[in-house]
Amino acid sequence: MIPWPMPTGLALVLFLLGLLGLLARKNLVFVLMSIEIMLNAAGLLFISAGLRWGDPDGQIMLIFVFNLAGAELALGLVLLLRLRARQPALDSDDANLLRDAP
Amino acid sequence: MITIFYASALVALVATALAITRSNPVHGLLWFVVSLLAMGVIFYTMGAPFAAALEVIVYAGAIMVLFLFVIMMLSLDRAAAARERSWIARPVWVVPIILVALLGAELARVFLHGAPGASRVVSPQEVGVRLFTSDLAAVELASMLLLAGLVGAFHLGRKSP
Repeated sequence: MIPWPMPTGLALVLFLLGLLGLLARKNLVFVLMSIEIMLNAAGLLFISAGLRWGDPDGQIMLIFVFNLAGAELALGLVLLLRLRARQPALDSDDANLLRDAP
Repeated sequence: MITIFYASALVALVATALAITRSNPVHGLLWFVVSLLAMGVIFYTMGAPFAAALEVIVYAGAIMVLFLFVIMMLSLDRAAAARERSWIARPVWVVPIILVALLGAELARVFLHGAPGASRVVSPQEVGVRLFTSDLAAVELASMLLLAGLVGAFHLGRKSP
């Protein structure tokens, strides 16, 4: 079987890649995608912990992570569509007022 | 099995790295879908077949395709792609890379001091039994969360008056 530190390390690297994308990208589509990458890495960490203890709780937590990702993505995408209707570029720097520009 | 795991891990890492560096959102998202499929294989090799099926069907199949449809509705043009390329080309990556590398070094040090443990295949039946007996309250909370997401998306998505 696979030793548990391997998938745990993989989850770590994937989470950091997501964090890197979140910090470095300005396009809100990629910001949302980076959040998804980080959530998915957290899911892999749960599965890895479930492997370590031979327990189904890891997979149950993965289901809840998917649930959270679905709800978060639905709201994020609607906000993206609203923002796109107001400004041509999906730049996070242009979306800092939360109201119409004066 | 371990060879399959390492191959899938490599695919997942490369696909994720490509996903966050593309200038075209659709390309980035498709790379991310590749990464999710590799993750499904990883779950299967780790003894979690139910999670592997969920990863492919729910995450790659439903959530990411929703994402893809919305991006196609955004109708980004060639000017947007060129602007995106100019954003990536600037040295915006330096400081995030330093911060992330520091955090990664700290976390890797923690993981390297762990002990290897036993493992077994956790069947979907065990997951289902646990989910709908002792974790029933969490399932109800998850349904409330989805309802809140649905109502919120419906409210925000209305045509403005």
